[in-house]
Amino acid sequence: MSRILIINLVRFVVLVLLQVFLLKNITLYNLSTPYLYILFILLLPFETPNLVLFALAFVLGLTIDAFYDTPGLHAAACTLLALVRVFFISITVQKDGFDNEPEPTLSIMGFRWFFTYALVLTLFHHFFLFNLEVFRIDEIGYTLTRFLLSSVFTVFLMLVSGLLFFRKKERK
Amino acid sequence: MRNLLIFITKYNAFFLFLIFEIASLIIYIKYNSFQKASFINSTNRVSSSLYARADEFKGYLSLKEVNDGLAKENAALRNQLRSYKYADTLAKRTVNDTIYKQQYVTVEAKVINNSINKRNNYLTISRGTKDGIAKGMGVISDAGVVGKVVFVGEHLAIVQSLLHKDSRFSAMLATNKEIGYLEWGEDMDPHKGLLIDVSNNAQPKIGEAVVTSDLSLFPAGVPLGKVSKLNAKKGGGFFLNMEVALATDFSKLEYVYVVINKFAQEQNTLEAQEKKADE
Repeated sequence: MSRILIINLVRFVVLVLLQVFLLKNITLYNLSTPYLYILFILLLPFETPNLVLFALAFVLGLTIDAFYDTPGLHAAACTLLALVRVFFISITVQKDGFDNEPEPTLSIMGFRWFFTYALVLTLFHHFFLFNLEVFRIDEIGYTLTRFLLSSVFTVFLMLVSGLLFFRKKERK
Repeated sequence: MRNLLIFITKYNAFFLFLIFEIASLIIYIKYNSFQKASFINSTNRVSSSLYARADEFKGYLSLKEVNDGLAKENAALRNQLRSYKYADTLAKRTVNDTIYKQQYVTVEAKVINNSINKRNNYLTISRGTKDGIAKGMGVISDAGVVGKVVFVGEHLAIVQSLLHKDSRFSAMLATNKEIGYLEWGEDMDPHKGLLIDVSNNAQPKIGEAVVTSDLSLFPAGVPLGKVSKLNAKKGGGFFLNMEVALATDFSKLEYVYVVINKFAQEQNTLEAQEKKADE
């Protein structure tokens, strides 16, 4: 239990620092900006109570907002992400399988499941984030391009980090 | 009542979602008036000290360019020194010049946080109320206009960059003084701006300088950029719109100057009186 707590705490700090000091400065052709920090919410254990899940998503969003100078923007997007996560997991994962599959990581759940999971959740998060940030209909074409290309970038980084921390023995 | 509780616990995810989503949207909407949510931005203690650290490190990486810029500026300032000029008359005495009264003073500030790749960009600078900075003052760099102060703390201030969807500065063409507005373009290129609402008889040429007008919060004549394309896609009607290559390189800002207009208060009081008289 305490091991899970520490792992997630470290993950939180590392992802926030990575996002704020490295990824914030990366933009490809003014179009593609990665928001890798949402990986923290994606990788929370399956049995996380909903209250904790939503509170953590909200706090993570506000932390990112503090550095991006956009109070509420990332918090709103992360809260939506938490809801999509709850729905996605309740549809695709058997409840009794939780004992030997504690966390939705790439090495435990396999490539196909993790890829769909990351893609769907990232698309929801980014779509909401970009449209709330711009909030103008007349720029919709440009916003959609940014949203799609950024999603591709984010999912790519998620898969790379999943493979980096791939542990084979966990798969039974 | 019991049924209601069962209903709520069964769909608890949705209700939690509603609570947190509404909370964050309230914060987000209030943020439009900026000050109200000022505790969640980069002037707060934790994020500002972290940013200051990271910036200290980054400062080393660009020392060379900053040095070059400062040396150039030193040279320009030195040229204005009296001792560098040839004295035309023999009688030398100091004259208290009463014709020119200093209207604008600048305060130098270090940029400790900056972004260029979002739709709405802000800078954090290392000067605050302690140094006489107030909301609404203009900010320039040695190359040109940077933005406008929107929020001031005691030691730090936040500047709404020119790269922001609400930024709009009164500008004019340097040669024929035709007035228009400078905005950031929609395609989010940090090197391009749009000069809009210029009257139809202005005949602009490519490469012509665009500077701040007398109506702006800057001294007239601060460079904004150069006309790079005559017909911007957004436009038509009775006005000319054109693309401008911005003078300031926002990705490399290290030091900026806050422009303090000494007559600003007087102007504001006068204009407020006139408004009252109109009512």
